[in-house]
Amino acid sequence: MTPHAVEVRGISKSYGGEIQALRDITLEFPRGELTTLLGPSGCGKTTLLKIIAGLIQPDAGEVLVGGRRVTGPGPERAFVFQDFALMPWATVLRNVGFGLELRGTPRGEREDVARRYIEEVGLLGFEHRYPHELSGGMRQRVGLARALAVNAEVILMDEPFSAVDEQTRRKFQEDLLQLLAQEKKTVIFVTHSIEEAVYLSNRIVLLSRRPGSVSRIIRTSFDRSGSPDEIRRAEAYLDTVEEIWQLLKQYLV
Amino acid sequence: MRLSRLPMMSSLLLWGLLWEAVGRAELVPIVPPLTEVVVTFGRLLGTETFVAAVSTSLVSFALGLFLAIVIGIPLGVLMGRVDAADRLLGLWVNVFASAPLTALVPVLMLLFGLGSTTVVVTVVLFAVWIIVLDTRAGIRHVSPSLVEMARAFGASRAAVYRKILFFAALPEILAGIRLGFIRAVKGVVIGQLLVSIIGLGELFELYSRNFLMREFWALTLGLFVFALVGSAAIGLLERRVEYYAASRG
Repeated sequence: MTPHAVEVRGISKSYGGEIQALRDITLEFPRGELTTLLGPSGCGKTTLLKIIAGLIQPDAGEVLVGGRRVTGPGPERAFVFQDFALMPWATVLRNVGFGLELRGTPRGEREDVARRYIEEVGLLGFEHRYPHELSGGMRQRVGLARALAVNAEVILMDEPFSAVDEQTRRKFQEDLLQLLAQEKKTVIFVTHSIEEAVYLSNRIVLLSRRPGSVSRIIRTSFDRSGSPDEIRRAEAYLDTVEEIWQLLKQYLV
Repeated sequence: MRLSRLPMMSSLLLWGLLWEAVGRAELVPIVPPLTEVVVTFGRLLGTETFVAAVSTSLVSFALGLFLAIVIGIPLGVLMGRVDAADRLLGLWVNVFASAPLTALVPVLMLLFGLGSTTVVVTVVLFAVWIIVLDTRAGIRHVSPSLVEMARAFGASRAAVYRKILFFAALPEILAGIRLGFIRAVKGVVIGQLLVSIIGLGELFELYSRNFLMREFWALTLGLFVFALVGSAAIGLLERRVEYYAASRG
């Protein structure tokens, strides 16, 4: 087994033959780590994530998952969407089980699995509610449970907390870290928030402005054993945030 | 709820009273009193010719609307998903949706004869375009991320249509069917009037030629009620799904 859950090699992508979104991106995503793609808006980080998901075809380059080349979506990867992408006509239970439903898992079995993950993300009791009855934060918990329910090795998260208010986001980040510690997933996480990236990640990939290319990879190395509030006050955490801010500042007008 | 309904009902009552007064005063020869019209309607319901005419018309209506739905929805989905199909068909669908189709009925008679087939085709022609247009609009409004979500979780092309696109577009599809229903009522009456030897069209022709105004109005009122009740029933269905039209963003 390769040590990397996901590798991208020489990925380039342009839109309409004119706007180059990504230029020659080569990256590895180590197994069991949370890697953040961080960069200014329009740097193509979401495009890169969707290429890894198999939702967008690159113009050049290849994506390897578990050492095997992939050209489309596959069961080893699950996606968490920025706008949640829940089916408004379906209950929480059906939404969470939807990935399994598409795979033809029998109803009873997929509902058992769905219930387990609904509990894990803290939505016990909301199984039969509809998305419009939930708050933004709860909706994204449904999105996360859906991604966990298919038992994919790699979870791709596209700015999952950007449509959620600040307090909810912090709580959600803490819960996410806890969940991932249990589930041992490889996570690729897109965000434009430096604090979020530093707080959540093992590695942070800084992308330059369009056309996006890898400008720097930073490994966070501060002590995570403390409480979330201690981490957010720790000097190493604050230093990393500051370091990234200094690097990203050059891309701002 | 009750308060907001009251004005509607009381205005109906007011107009009904006005109709009754005009009829009683014998101001206009073509307006008999409303109560007599209603009584006539009750009497008509018991006659064999009326029942036969209604059932002939209902069959044409139902068949035509059914065909309009099974043709209209797939065509609308196709236009919503495939740009080439949209460009190829869009112009014609829009022309037919707003054209005075009554003018085409004589040509249909040449093609399909003086029978129910012509009426059914007329109903289809009246109802189908709005169903196509509304379905197309519904499909176009489906959030792209829902489709992406289904693909990311391994949905086949067919599953995307069956499990995502159809349900996401359902509010607009139902609105199209409701409007199609109303147009189909027009279609069946106009078709039968022009063919003029079958169903309600025959009765309309008979009543108006012989100046049987009570019967004429009874029939007209009955049709209005049918169209209103039918579209209200579909409206109820729409309300059941509209929460997610609003939540699609």
